[in-house]
Amino acid sequence: MELAIISGKGGTGKSSISAAFATIEDKVILADCDVDAANLYLLFNPVNEKEKVYIAGHKAVVDVSVCTGCGLCESYCRFGAIKINDGSVTISEVSCDGCFLCSHICPVKAIRMVRNDKSRMYSGSFRNGIMVYGRLAPGEENSGKLVNMVREEAKNASKANGIEIIILDGPPGIGCPVISTVTGADAIVIVTEPTLSGLSDLERVHPIAAKFSSSVGVIINKHDLNSHMASRIEEWCSSHGTPVIGRLPFDSSVTEAMVAGKSVIELYPGIEISKDLIEMWNKIKQL
Amino acid sequence: MKIAVASGKGGTGKTFLATNLFKVLADRGDNVILVDCDAEAPDAVLFFKSDVASVREVTHQVPLINKEACTFCDRCSKYCQYNAIFYVPSVKMIDVIENLCHSCGACFYACNSEAITEKNVTIGTVTTFRYSDNASIIEGRMKLFEMTPVKVIKEAVREAGSDGIIIFDAPPGTSCPFVQTVDAADYVILVTEPTPFGLSDLRQSVETLKVLRKKMGVVVNRADIGNRDVFKYLESEEIRLLAEIPYDGAVAHIYSEGKLAVDFNVELTEKLISVLKEIIE
Repeated sequence: MELAIISGKGGTGKSSISAAFATIEDKVILADCDVDAANLYLLFNPVNEKEKVYIAGHKAVVDVSVCTGCGLCESYCRFGAIKINDGSVTISEVSCDGCFLCSHICPVKAIRMVRNDKSRMYSGSFRNGIMVYGRLAPGEENSGKLVNMVREEAKNASKANGIEIIILDGPPGIGCPVISTVTGADAIVIVTEPTLSGLSDLERVHPIAAKFSSSVGVIINKHDLNSHMASRIEEWCSSHGTPVIGRLPFDSSVTEAMVAGKSVIELYPGIEISKDLIEMWNKIKQL
Repeated sequence: MKIAVASGKGGTGKTFLATNLFKVLADRGDNVILVDCDAEAPDAVLFFKSDVASVREVTHQVPLINKEACTFCDRCSKYCQYNAIFYVPSVKMIDVIENLCHSCGACFYACNSEAITEKNVTIGTVTTFRYSDNASIIEGRMKLFEMTPVKVIKEAVREAGSDGIIIFDAPPGTSCPFVQTVDAADYVILVTEPTPFGLSDLRQSVETLKVLRKKMGVVVNRADIGNRDVFKYLESEEIRLLAEIPYDGAVAHIYSEGKLAVDFNVELTEKLISVLKEIIE
């Protein structure tokens, strides 16, 4: 079973909840699909057995000794990445999209495309199974392709080791990396919080989840922050035919566990929130 | 002056800080614009009573292939770096996957038989809301099922112009959408929380901003949770700690209701005024 945990809004508790779920079963495959800001490895210190280079597209680089300053590339570039001042060309790394068009049209072949090869995918064992995660180099395109690579590796690890449960800790937002995380997942859990922003972002991400899976559930984290808003979210869910898997209280033990490099279930297995999480996990397995 | 409020990690309080800074400036009569650059999940406008002043569609051009004229030479799909042209030679099938298209124009250039034209497709909106005589809010909103918010962010930033004080509420992460937002700013406020996740993402944002040579300072939100590692890091990197905001259940509740904490909490207002003073001077 492949379970994707997403949220729309950032910081609702996806990673802490994923970490808790990953430490309930004896063995799981845990895949951190938030390749932009991967954090789970901080809790689980996996021993990296595999490392793969991820090519996050290309950037155009101009050879000024060949360039004649004709300006053709500037007129073709739709990303505003190329500027010509007094006959000399500069290409902005930030704006370049890596489309290759300038390298094709340059009459003197002065533009070369360089691979962005600083992003990585890692895979290795941790105390509850196998962890796969990606780390996108800062500023590189938040392409879902690295997420696809992470999920592919997670599936391979699942088969090779006979571990059935795959937990995907997803990125925030609703764009490409999120779509890559949920496509083909068996179940999707949306973690939200009882704030107006939380509700608004739930409304944004829900259609994406619903399009890719018929098994979607919602967790309301820190529900006691605003119980009125928590009820509004529950009403919204019921009017959209989406079950609320459960509510979790605000509990500083979760942060304490993070500081200790553990999931809350590992640090305090007997407390209320840990019991709630186990109960939720059992419900999710039925989704 | 353009100030971006950003963070690697989501949910650290970017929108909280950006909306409250905006309110402080608007109330004291400064010319100020708040630009919500989190085009995937924009929330800033929820905190204000405001009227829509204008809505602009953000479009980009995608190819339209005339199959009568197409010779199935495969040049366009080879030129496309984004797998947006789906081509099966054996059955002479060719189609555009619009969601994957980055609108670079390479296929249009590649085609030798004039089989490709382009059409405009809407990928999002930029909406301007009027809050008061001297203050407005611009929201970038990506259409659902689109892949990247980058162009919508660029358009929202452009809409703001460059007069007065402009505050960008940045998207989370440190990849393209974050870079597009902070690159347009003169100063970046990074919001973090003192936890291992917060520190890890802060580090990544700082490294990115250093490459971009941006002036920056840090606001530590929920400053009394977690541990002291974030503060040690700021000291060792000699990064300016602009303010510490302790966790306050009452403030969190105000935020959850879609209200602004500076309207209720004088201490916070004073703190934000001193942050603004430091940055703007």
